Amino acid sequence: MKEDTNFWQRLRRITIKDMMSWTVIPVLMIIVSVLVYNRLLLTIEPGSMEANMLGSYEIGFKRVGDAITEHLRLILVSTSLAIAVAVPAGILITRQGFRDFSGLILGVANVGQSVPSIAILAVFMGILGIGFKTAVFALWLYALLPIVRNTAIGIEEVDPNVIEAATGMGMTSRQILLQIELPLSFPVMFAGMRTAAVINVGTAALGAFIGAGGLGTFIIAGIPLMRDSLILVGAILTAIMAILVDFILGKIQDRLVVPTASA
Amino acid sequence: MIKFENVTKIYPGMSSPAVDNLSFTVPTGEICTIVGPSGCGKTTAMKLVNRLIDATDGAIHVLDERDEMSNVLEMDPIQLRRSIGYIIQQIGLFPHRTILENIGTVPQLLDWDEARIRHRAEELVTMMNMPVDFLERYPHELSGGQRQRIGVARGMATDPPVMLMDEPFGAIDPINRNILQNEFLRLQQEIKKTILFVTHDIDEAIKMGDKICILNVGGLLEQYDSPANILAYPANEFVEDFVGADRALKRLNLVRVEEVMNSRPPLLQATQDVEQAVGFMTEKKIRFAYVVDSAQTLKGYVRVKDLKGKTGWVEEYLEPAATSIQLTTNLKDALSEMLVVDYANVCVVDGQNRVRGLIDTKMIHESVIESNAVAEGEEV
Repeated sequence: MKEDTNFWQRLRRITIKDMMSWTVIPVLMIIVSVLVYNRLLLTIEPGSMEANMLGSYEIGFKRVGDAITEHLRLILVSTSLAIAVAVPAGILITRQGFRDFSGLILGVANVGQSVPSIAILAVFMGILGIGFKTAVFALWLYALLPIVRNTAIGIEEVDPNVIEAATGMGMTSRQILLQIELPLSFPVMFAGMRTAAVINVGTAALGAFIGAGGLGTFIIAGIPLMRDSLILVGAILTAIMAILVDFILGKIQDRLVVPTASA
Repeated sequence: MIKFENVTKIYPGMSSPAVDNLSFTVPTGEICTIVGPSGCGKTTAMKLVNRLIDATDGAIHVLDERDEMSNVLEMDPIQLRRSIGYIIQQIGLFPHRTILENIGTVPQLLDWDEARIRHRAEELVTMMNMPVDFLERYPHELSGGQRQRIGVARGMATDPPVMLMDEPFGAIDPINRNILQNEFLRLQQEIKKTILFVTHDIDEAIKMGDKICILNVGGLLEQYDSPANILAYPANEFVEDFVGADRALKRLNLVRVEEVMNSRPPLLQATQDVEQAVGFMTEKKIRFAYVVDSAQTLKGYVRVKDLKGKTGWVEEYLEPAATSIQLTTNLKDALSEMLVVDYANVCVVDGQNRVRGLIDTKMIHESVIESNAVAEGEEV
């Protein structure tokens, strides 16, 4: 029985993690390369409607590379800003006196999460205009919840005995936060950041709707033109990026596991 | 010294106090165990000392490093806590820190330099009978008993005169608990700390305490006295019930074999003549006798019926003794040992296995009767 579960667990781990990252991704990369090279580069005429839609005559690896860079920039900026706000917010709602606000803060973050991303883009386009800034704002709002929630949960899950021992030995609450609570809750916190980053890779594809660039550019150019190859390039690259970000951050997360003393 | 003066704690929103007008004094260098049923406020009472909880009324004085009594309520809680050793039930070792860093927690807060912290940690780990290379390990790499020892070591890191221990051996199996208790008592003989020791186990309270403070639900002090006095003269029905119907037996825990043994027992020398030995045993009216060599080391025993009509030396008829008891063993363990081997009397030996006396069940019985008589005499 136990061996069986182990076997299935091992099998599942192999299919999802290893096959995705080491087999599927190279295959997808080859498909994308072929599409880009054969169907886009060779068939788009300069001055044609397609070329106009894409905003440039040079559609090829360079254009794809630029889109990837834009996409990564969106994610990096929005996730960093989300971390900068969500971690302090998560810490705050675990503090004495601020616990009452935890519902409020988590509620705000929850709204950000549950409103469809396309709606957030539409709403804030009216306020902030189109472009990079609006996309970053929407992504930022989207990434808040997992980080706030995981920060708060991580801190709350620290063994109360450890906190009591620290208090009883004369640590100030600041020392307890910096030396005990944050190091011990960091793995859980990091898991939240990972979730946020992965969600943002997918959501950032919508940024193209408001002119923020990124891999979504190919998708929204491909739809009116009914160019499946263009749509595929955008979609596949976004998927690959999501998988890679998840994989890399997952590897880092594995190293963060804190040894837990079960008494 | 720790001195409680009319200390009361009422939690906000509660009508009845958790600790009610508590007054007692723990003399310097003694262990005071606080014991009582759950809800008696024993942990609350302890936490009042290092102000994890603040008293509603009254004063608690502790002897500080300058040998002055100071009211904890007038001290800065952070400084106060750093000056008092604190050891809790689940130990609460920091899982992300090595044993060295764990032990060095308070020293580091007090800005000791690294070399001094390491030196002190090595000293403490050695004191706890653990190898120095444990310092580089993490808590999860240690067994439960080892973690418990590290917890104690961490509490003693800065050599505080006063220590608070909240069921420090509570979460551990009975065998290891016994070992840790004995180790700690031996250690206390050297370090002579003033300790407030919370436990729910009356046996542990009797064993560890120089004084026992028995609390009732609502934080009422029922009795504060030495274990022997509490067992002999329980102040009221509650204490009597709490210490248990077997309090006479528990008293055996408090008496050591050397206090009641016959220290001039009839012994035979291994090199004695058999005929002479039979004469000796007949004269003493005993059916068997223990045999020692010239250095008083226990060799075994001989029976009269085996020697009668024989010639030669005593050592030729020796039977090995199935057991012997150490001088410092308590009467309860001694009695248990005697019941197991079914001997009428057992040799009492010192650390070098030299015979120092004999003890039999009658002596144990007499010691119980004696203390009963004293107890009843007092009550009348």
